Amino acid sequence: MKFSNSPVLSQAVPAWRSRLVLVLLLFAFFALIGRSLYLQVFRNDFLKGKGEARYERVLDIPATRGRITDRHGDMLAVSTPVKSIWAIPEDAKLQPAEARQLAQLLEMDVRELNRKLASDKDFVFLKRQIPPEVADKVAALKLAGIHQQQEYRRYYPSGDLACHVLGFTGVEDAGQEGVELAFNESLSGKSGSRRVIKDRRGNIVEDVESIQTPQEGKDITLALDDKIQYIAYTALKQAVDTHRAKAGGIVVLDARSGEVLALVNLPSYNPNNRERLIGAQLRNRALTDTFEPGSTMKPFTAALALEKGKFRYDTPVQTAPGRLNIGSATIHDAHPHGVLTVAQVIQKSSNVGAAKMALSLPAETMWQMFDDLGFGAPMKLGFPGEVGGRLRPWKKWQPIEQATMSYGHGISVTLMQLARAYLVFARNGDLPSLALQKLDGPPAAAKPVFSAQTAKEVRAMLELVVLPGGTAPKAQVPGYRVAGKTGTAHKLEGGAYANKYVASFVGLAPASDPRLVIAVMVDEPSNGIYYGGDVAAPAFAQAMAGALRTLGIAQDAPLRPVTTAAASDVKEEM
Amino acid sequence: MVRATLILLLIALACGLSIVTSSHRARKLFIELEREQARMRQLEVEWGQLQLEQSTWANHARIEKIARERLHMKAPAPNQVLTLEAAKP
Repeated sequence: MKFSNSPVLSQAVPAWRSRLVLVLLLFAFFALIGRSLYLQVFRNDFLKGKGEARYERVLDIPATRGRITDRHGDMLAVSTPVKSIWAIPEDAKLQPAEARQLAQLLEMDVRELNRKLASDKDFVFLKRQIPPEVADKVAALKLAGIHQQQEYRRYYPSGDLACHVLGFTGVEDAGQEGVELAFNESLSGKSGSRRVIKDRRGNIVEDVESIQTPQEGKDITLALDDKIQYIAYTALKQAVDTHRAKAGGIVVLDARSGEVLALVNLPSYNPNNRERLIGAQLRNRALTDTFEPGSTMKPFTAALALEKGKFRYDTPVQTAPGRLNIGSATIHDAHPHGVLTVAQVIQKSSNVGAAKMALSLPAETMWQMFDDLGFGAPMKLGFPGEVGGRLRPWKKWQPIEQATMSYGHGISVTLMQLARAYLVFARNGDLPSLALQKLDGPPAAAKPVFSAQTAKEVRAMLELVVLPGGTAPKAQVPGYRVAGKTGTAHKLEGGAYANKYVASFVGLAPASDPRLVIAVMVDEPSNGIYYGGDVAAPAFAQAMAGALRTLGIAQDAPLRPVTTAAASDVKEEM
Repeated sequence: MVRATLILLLIALACGLSIVTSSHRARKLFIELEREQARMRQLEVEWGQLQLEQSTWANHARIEKIARERLHMKAPAPNQVLTLEAAKP
C-alpha cells in the first residue's frame, strides 16, 4: 500500500493541534534567544570569566634577595635557589621501597620520614632547602603526594670571618642579625605577579597584565675590606688563643673617611651551619658589649688639658709618691714615677698624673668632651642591640669619679666607640661619623672636638707609648711610625672589681699621615699575662702591618729592628 | 557594482588572513621571548652560584695556606719593600 493511500492521512486532525505545536516551538525558540541574550549581552562577565579561567594563569615572580659584597665587590652573602620538599600525608601512600629511596635522597632516616608522613596534618615539610639537583632526582621518582617548592637559601662564602657584621637570615629569607637585619628592607625586595594566557601545551602566549611588578632586592656594598677583615681575624684569633681569653674584638677604621674596614668578634660562628649556636658566639661585642676602657681614655684627658691651655706638652706633673688622696679615696700608681711631663704621663700611663690633669678641669667641660666624642650614646649604625655605654650626667659627679674617669674607670664604652673616638687623633681633631657601607662621594663633614694643634701633640705623645720606655713597644710595626695607647682594666663584676682583666690597645698609623685606626680588646686573658701592652698590642701590630701592606701605604719610618727589650720595664697602671 | 563588491570582499579576506598569520607569528615570537627570559633567569642563578664558588675558592685562609705550604711563599720583610711615589702630574 502506498503511503499516499494510507487511511490515516484521510483522518482529519483539528487545526489547533498543529498551531499549538508551532506556538510551543516558537516559545522555546524565543526562550533560547532570551537566555543567550542574557548570558552573552547582559551578564557576559560570568561566561567570560569562566572562559578565561581555562587558559589564564597568574604567575608569581619571586624577587631574589640582594647580595652583600665587600668594598672590592667580593661576595659576602649570596642567595641561590633551592627546593623544599613537602607532602600531603593523606595522598602520600608510599611503598616501603619508595620510602627508602626517598629517605636516602633526602638524607634522612626512613623511620623519621614515615613518622612525618603518618601525621594527620594536611601539609608537612619533609626537608627544607635541598640542592636543586637532589630535588630533580626526587621529582623523577614521581611519587604521589610529594611536592616541591622553590625557596632561596643564603650562602656566606667567607664563613665565620665576617659573621658578626653580616648576621644571617632565617629560613623565610628575612634578616635576623647584623647587616642582614639592619638593611633588611632594601635587601629583601618584593615578589610580584602577572597574568598570562597559556596555550594547551603550557606555553605562555600572551602577557595580559602585570598585577604587581617585582622589585629585586638591592645589592649592598659594605665598607668592609675582605682581606683586612681576614688579617684582623687572624691577628685577634692568635691573641685570644695564646692568652686563653674568653672573648675578643678588633675594629679597623679608615681614618680619612670613617669607613669600617674590618670588625671581628671572637668567639664566632659559621653562618652557613647554625646548629648548636650559643649566645656567646652570636654577640657582636664590639657594638653590644661595654667595658671600662682603662688607660686608653688618658689621651682624651691630656688632649682636653692641652686644649684648655692648662697644660702644655712638656708641663711637669708631680706624680710622686704614686698616691693621690681625693676625699676618702686614694688613687694609686703601682709603679711611682716622680715628676713627669704631660707626654710622659701618657707614655708611662700614670693614673695620678691623669687624675691631676682632670681635676684642674671643670666637670662640665670634661662631660662635654666625652659627649662630643660620642661616649654614652648608641652610634645608630643600625645593628641590633647597639648600646651607648655609661656616662653619668656631670652634675652628679663626685671629684673621685672625675679623677677615675680620666683614666677610664667609672665610664664604660663599646670598642667601636673607642676606635671612633681615636679618629680625632688620627685626623685634625675632628670626629667623623662611621660608615658601614662604602662611601661613593666624599665623607660627610666631621665634627670638630679638639684643635688640629692639640691632635698633633697628643699624636706625638702616643708615639712615645710604642717606643722603648712606653707601655707598648710590642705595638711597633717595622717601617712605620705607630701611635697608640694601651689599656688594662679590672673587670667589674657585681659592682666590685674582680681579678679579671680587659686588655686593650687602640692605635693609629702611619703617624706622619694617619690612614688607619685599629682598636683591639681582649677579654679575660687567663694565661697569667694580662697587660694591654703584652696581650693586645702584638695583635694590633700584626693587624696593622698586614692592613698597611694590603693598602700599599708608603712607609714613613727608617727601618730599625723592633725594640721590645724594655717592654717589661714599664707596666701600666690600673 | 558586483566587481567592486568582489574586490572589497577579496581585500577583506586578505586582511582577515593576514591578521591570522600575524597573530600566529606574534605568539611564536612571544614564546621565544618567554624562553629567552627564562634562560636569562637561569643564567642569573648560575652566575650567582659561580660567584659563590669563586669566592669559596678565593677564601683568604685557603689562599694563604696554599701560598705558605705548597708554594713556600712568605710575606716580604719590611726592608725588602720599596714604595714608589706616584708621579705628580
